[in-house]
Amino acid sequence: MSRARDRLPAVLVLVPSVVAVGVFVYGFIGWTAYVSLSGWTTFIPDLSFVGRRNYVELFQTFRFQADLRNTVVFTLTFLAACLVLGFLLAVLLDQRVRGEALFRNVFLFPMSISFIVTGVVWQWLLNPSTGINLLLEHVGLGVLRSPWYTEPRIAIFSVVLAATWQLSGFTMAMYLAGLRGIPEELLEAARVDGASEWALYRYVVVPLLAPITLSAVIVLGHISLKIFDLVFAMTGSGPAFSTDVPGVFMFETTFRGNRFAEGAAIAIVMLLLVAVLIVPYLWSTTRQEART
Amino acid sequence: MSRRGHVAILLAIALLLAPTLTVQGAGANQLEIFSWWTAGGEADGLNALFQIYRRKYPGVEIINATVAGGAGTNAKAVLKTRMQGGNPPDSFQVHGGAELIDTWVKTGFMEPITAIAREEGWQRVMPRDLVQIVSYQGEMYSVPVNVHRGNVLWYNKKLFDDNGLRAPTTWEQFFQVAQTLRSKGITPLALGDKNKWEAAHLFEDVLLASLGANGYRGLWTGQTPWTGEGVRRALETMARILSFANTDHAALVWDQAVQLLIDGKAAMNVMGDWAAGYFTSKGWKPNVHYGFAPAPGTAGTFVVVTDTFGLPKRAPHRQNAINWLRVAGSKEGQEAFNPLKGSICARTDCDMSKFDAYLQSSARDFSRNALVPSEVHGSAAPETFATEFNDIVNVFVTRRDVAAAQRALQQACVRAKMCR
Repeated sequence: MSRARDRLPAVLVLVPSVVAVGVFVYGFIGWTAYVSLSGWTTFIPDLSFVGRRNYVELFQTFRFQADLRNTVVFTLTFLAACLVLGFLLAVLLDQRVRGEALFRNVFLFPMSISFIVTGVVWQWLLNPSTGINLLLEHVGLGVLRSPWYTEPRIAIFSVVLAATWQLSGFTMAMYLAGLRGIPEELLEAARVDGASEWALYRYVVVPLLAPITLSAVIVLGHISLKIFDLVFAMTGSGPAFSTDVPGVFMFETTFRGNRFAEGAAIAIVMLLLVAVLIVPYLWSTTRQEART
Repeated sequence: MSRRGHVAILLAIALLLAPTLTVQGAGANQLEIFSWWTAGGEADGLNALFQIYRRKYPGVEIINATVAGGAGTNAKAVLKTRMQGGNPPDSFQVHGGAELIDTWVKTGFMEPITAIAREEGWQRVMPRDLVQIVSYQGEMYSVPVNVHRGNVLWYNKKLFDDNGLRAPTTWEQFFQVAQTLRSKGITPLALGDKNKWEAAHLFEDVLLASLGANGYRGLWTGQTPWTGEGVRRALETMARILSFANTDHAALVWDQAVQLLIDGKAAMNVMGDWAAGYFTSKGWKPNVHYGFAPAPGTAGTFVVVTDTFGLPKRAPHRQNAINWLRVAGSKEGQEAFNPLKGSICARTDCDMSKFDAYLQSSARDFSRNALVPSEVHGSAAPETFATEFNDIVNVFVTRRDVAAAQRALQQACVRAKMCR
């Protein structure tokens, strides 16, 4: 009796957000998918069905091919850099150093800055004729000068550098929490069995941290697949699209070029890229939850 | 049902209704002007127009809706969302030509203003070519408030005088001058193409030099082939020009390139005459600190970039907007606006003594030269083509592959339905 009386307000309270999510998330995903199959290529909405033409044309353009290459390179190097650097920092901080709280904050701080600000700062730091290069010259290390993001072959790594600076603190914090969660007895047992420090990390700590690594990959991975603001502020498309990403291409195609159908197609490809990463994760977690 | 449940439901309903309750009353006596004029002289010029408006039409509250960022690209994105959402400003800044006609007029978003133009006598005082740029099927759709020139070569006067050089009038002369400068250890050409359009701007001027005014006009109507000899020559010239530019050009934007001239680090720059506004803001004077000439090979032609204001359909304060157009097109308005913005009047009857030496020379050329529309700045071709054009030039700057660029330009032309 009382359960039924509680249920009505609960349902009524939930309905608005369910409706909102249904319309503004899933409804618009459906709408975008529909537009991506239409012939809407001017400012006048034209929803005539053209099938997969937009996708075929998209994958044939030089710029989108460069975008996909850049996304792969960016995601792999950015993830690797963040995980390795974050893990090393966490291990170092886990040695109960003095002033740990200070270091923790210093490393986490960049995360509180928006990507736009990071982009502007690093665009200046890595500017070939000012910033770091000028500094190197002044201290007599002129040989280390680099063209950074003006050289097409290495430009993307300049953006990776900025993104890693921003987010390796986040992986550090996650790993640190994970390290603190490992029961001391487990490590003691391994030490008693004669494991070296290296073996301890290799066979005990790292496997135990696997769920954390997975969460970090999910969070960072979807950021890097959808990245827009950092690249937009820092380098734009770069010389010959060496730092272009689907997000920037989508923005320019849709809002500068008025090619709404093609822009929607890019957005759908981005959604699919993220889905490739997220769906297996969601699937495995729901299966786990069902089991417990 | 519990008391808490009632509260929660009321709250949920209130949240759902909130957006409709905050819609502003459209009855207020306002005028909303949308533009991307946020910096230095351009913001001053806009304010000068506002002052005249306030004096003539007291009691109208002016809402200055500006969106900052590179040549209006961010503002245009915001404007498109507002227009499609049925929430137009009373009047907005738009480049005359394809940007006005293709994006807004053909799609049925604008109201013709021919009747106002007739009352104000604009057709009598504005050049026919210019009125043509803002007209479609015999109706005028916006009022030009200024004219910028797109094809100008700027140079550091001191560097040129010290080395006994004169402004090149052809690209062949440019290469000789550039050789001399390079042998003295001076970067010949300043370029900053981080935003892509800057390199495209340079290429547009090279195309004009290679094809001449009529050949250039033909590019946008399908009469001049993109795969032809003239475009190939232009691309080859462009590749040679790039070898004389500063190596860090991909890291700079246009005004940082102009700054290289001021710092004496580079000798020449090809840019529209908003560069003159930048020189002025840094205390540089024409013919004293900097020199100017038509971009090599383009003497006798004038690449027109014109800012205009139009009347969107369903403008919330239509009468106020019409009064705004009258001010923007008036002699008084243009004489107040243009010296501050660093451009010349769209009218030919302005008092030129209010303008500096560069602008006076620009106005002289404007009245005598063949006027051609700028592609990069939205007048010659639809925006669909303009963004692809920028992309193609951007790739060309790095790869210098003439055949590939010509193929891509042809494809873009077909896709924009300018050629078959």
